[in-house]
Amino acid sequence: MHHTLVALVEDKPGVLNRVASLFRRRNFNIESLTVGRTAEPGVSRMTIVIDSDQASAERVTAYLYKLVNVLQVEDLGAVPAVARDLALVKVAVAGHDRGALLRVVDETRAHIVDTGEQTMTLEITGEPPHVDAVISRLEPLGIVEMVRTGQVAMRRGDTTLSTAQYS
Amino acid sequence: MPTRTGAQIIFECLVQEGVHTIFGYPGGAILPAYDAMLDYPIRHILVRHEQGATHMADGFARAGGGVGVAMATSGPGATNMVTGIATAQMDSSPIVCITGQVPGKLIGYDAFQETDITGITLPITKHSYLVTRAEDIMPAMKEAFHLAKSGRPGPVLVDITKDAQQAKIDWAWDPRPAQMRGYRPDYPITSEDLARAAELIRSSKRPVILAGQGVIQSGATRELLALAERIDAPIAMTLLGLGGVPASHPLNLGMMGMHGEAWVNHAIQEADLLLAFGMRFDDRVTGNVKTYAPHARKIHVDIDPSEINKNVRADAAIVGDLRETLVDLLEVLEAADHEAWLAHIDRMKGDAAVRDIQRLPDTGHLYAAHVINDIWRITGGNAVVVTDVGQHQMWEAQYYHHERPRSLITSGGLGTMGFAVPAALGAKIARPEAEVWAIVGDGGFQMTQAELATAAQEGIKINIAIINNGYLGMVRQWQEFFYERRYAATPLRNPDFVKIAEAHGLEAHRVDTRSQVNEIVERARAAEGTTLIDFRVEQEDSVYPMVPAGADLHAMIRRPERSVLAETGADPI
Repeated sequence: MHHTLVALVEDKPGVLNRVASLFRRRNFNIESLTVGRTAEPGVSRMTIVIDSDQASAERVTAYLYKLVNVLQVEDLGAVPAVARDLALVKVAVAGHDRGALLRVVDETRAHIVDTGEQTMTLEITGEPPHVDAVISRLEPLGIVEMVRTGQVAMRRGDTTLSTAQYS
Repeated sequence: MPTRTGAQIIFECLVQEGVHTIFGYPGGAILPAYDAMLDYPIRHILVRHEQGATHMADGFARAGGGVGVAMATSGPGATNMVTGIATAQMDSSPIVCITGQVPGKLIGYDAFQETDITGITLPITKHSYLVTRAEDIMPAMKEAFHLAKSGRPGPVLVDITKDAQQAKIDWAWDPRPAQMRGYRPDYPITSEDLARAAELIRSSKRPVILAGQGVIQSGATRELLALAERIDAPIAMTLLGLGGVPASHPLNLGMMGMHGEAWVNHAIQEADLLLAFGMRFDDRVTGNVKTYAPHARKIHVDIDPSEINKNVRADAAIVGDLRETLVDLLEVLEAADHEAWLAHIDRMKGDAAVRDIQRLPDTGHLYAAHVINDIWRITGGNAVVVTDVGQHQMWEAQYYHHERPRSLITSGGLGTMGFAVPAALGAKIARPEAEVWAIVGDGGFQMTQAELATAAQEGIKINIAIINNGYLGMVRQWQEFFYERRYAATPLRNPDFVKIAEAHGLEAHRVDTRSQVNEIVERARAAEGTTLIDFRVEQEDSVYPMVPAGADLHAMIRRPERSVLAETGADPI
């Protein structure tokens, strides 16, 4: 079962290393990890997807809190949340009908972000299963290069994950 | 504002933290700090290997209750500390390790004696700092001490570049406590959690208290005894918990776990409620967790939330300081009576409960159990005993009866050979008035025997009892039980330990028979300097009972009828 954990962390050297090391040390497999800035200076936000049961997700949450630089952790598996993944996919266009590719683009909200002589590059954004689905439709056409950002996620509704109680 | 170098600031901070002794070894990248040290009221204990410095700081912290400080240079100086840091981490011991680092502009260029020590120690420290500016030394030092001693204690590493030590800045001590946004060690105890725990206690007919090192670290001995007496519950001890409750207290059952007493493990397996106080359900304590205490609900009290539900699922959990929790529980709990349950445990003890190896006839053999039990008797149970890991450690736990907190210091979680001698030296520095004994195997002693030179040079008086059976004894025991007596790499051809001690200018004795024990132990105690005794004990004796690793807790290997110690009539269990 997938668990999406969101952690607000202090933006200090080595913090990403501490978090990544924690998952390795405790024998958890990270499916994806993204990190970026938040609206608050000095605070970064990590979205970590792991494959684990509920008890293990609780354990890892407790371990994350033990890291001195971790401010707040939320398990989005337990609450309604918006999740997004982005993929850039370079597809071969030489040697087959471009129409098939353009049909996929039309039907899936993918965007063409670059075209070359031999390839076309698509951007796909959406819930991770949507991105998976589009990629599986592109596979028969010949994917020559691909990158995915990994998931970012946020709780739905007015509730926010904030560091207010720590300042 | 006065001007200070980074090196001076290190010692200004140490003095402010109340540090009077540090354990260390100099080298290139920490030289500015060592130079500054001479101008501060700090005693420096020069070790012979940086691992020794960390174990000394650890023993200092565990014996005295303060923070131990170790110092080393970059590169190999720092990497030599790794075993000591991991030992402190596993046993939640508050130490601060200060290491020199190559100048900031050389970091990442594989400079001479450069190593990424914050990276190397990341998983084995509570937290660590790489300090590259003199301005950052004071905040890092203040946070390091605060982190080391608060909440669940642990080791903190502060790695300081040479140029940060050399830089001069305007500086004044900031008396405000360290502020860390993401660190809150104090958890409020909620009334709901207390009520839930109290309800489980009230409805229990067969409770057992499991007392761990948390009892000692939170200073909860009195409150724990008050609670045990109030609810009439027996107490089982973890290895690191020994001393947290007096061994002579009628409700103290003794040690649980792999080499715990049989009746203790049976009581746990039959209990309907376990009250786990400052212990973490280590695998050496539970055996097979699937069959562990199958009839018992569990109340788990720990300062570290990540321990709750880690190894054993708790039916009620309280995260917070143990002493405060017990005070709160005492306010709501009424007296209870578990006479039938206690009588049942008493029957399980049977003859073993009155085991008295003191009165056994002297067969001419020398057993480790006798040696340790004699040291207990001769020292009146008042010594601070420091052990390594292995057979001697388990025999110590079984045959030296600890009455007071911080009277047993042992490497429990990591199980570090070589811990005892340096940790004992640290313990003696922390408590100069105490009689300190290092009880150590012949294998482990050789791992850090270089620290005999430290004892001699610094004039530190401890007593060292080598339980010398010519084997890596516990490994040999496992080979005997589980590997068909194929003694791969466990026999030791040892040097002459007496001569080694004498070469350091220390007094030393050899003991081969039981009749010599008394006199030689007394001579060691009376000697002014560190004294070593080489006890030549039975070679193939084993520690009983034993729960094989991963086996059910009630599935103990008992002492065989024909075992060597059984021939003397001892130990009916």
